[in-house]
Amino acid sequence: MSVKVLYFASLRETLGYSHETLTLSADIATLGDLRAHLAHRGGVWEALGEGRNVRAAINQEMVGADVAVADRDEIAFFPPVTGG
Amino acid sequence: MSEIQRQNDSVSVQEADFDVGAEIAALSAGRVEVGAVASFVGLVRADKLSGEGSEVSAMTLEHYPGMTEKSLDAIIADANGRWSLLGTRVIHRFGRLVPGERIVFVGVASSHRGDAFAACEFIMDYLKTRAPFWKKEDTPEGGRWVDAREADDEAASRWD
Repeated sequence: MSVKVLYFASLRETLGYSHETLTLSADIATLGDLRAHLAHRGGVWEALGEGRNVRAAINQEMVGADVAVADRDEIAFFPPVTGG
Repeated sequence: MSEIQRQNDSVSVQEADFDVGAEIAALSAGRVEVGAVASFVGLVRADKLSGEGSEVSAMTLEHYPGMTEKSLDAIIADANGRWSLLGTRVIHRFGRLVPGERIVFVGVASSHRGDAFAACEFIMDYLKTRAPFWKKEDTPEGGRWVDAREADDEAASRWD
């Protein structure tokens, strides 16, 4: 399964990446699994760790950690929004 | 600039400024059934930086192209389900803005004022907590990302 992952705002700056394409192993079923997998890279990636205030979207809709990820999904991680 | 348009609802996410008077006028132009237009304009404030004498000199707004337009469209659809509306217009700018510049416009047309007032406030409250925009302030020490405010979550939750 291959997904595109986007990072925005302070998270993009912390990680040093705006996007990447990832091939996921079968044990990554949900958004929460993917987030834990990324945080496990260590270093700056701990910004995605449990307890950090990070929001996520799948295919441009904000969703929770238990939502399943699917092949070719566009997944985004970002801090709480501050528009308006 | 990108836009989403239904018959009487439209969303623009753009770098350019907008003409408030023209936007308000357009909400009722040629439509005699409109009896009320409520609007809101959000501006960049020259806030004092916490614990310092200096003020914010500029801010840069980042957004998530595609999701921004979709989320604003979903908020407008939600508003149309809650109130009897005759038209809505949302404009949100991105890029670098200085104090005094306009950031956001929300305009709502309806038959009577109650629906227009309520929907305008609802759209702003939901936009603040659901539309993927992020503000970064320029300070003498460099850029600083603005933290989300709990008060904004509380304001949005009263519509639940």
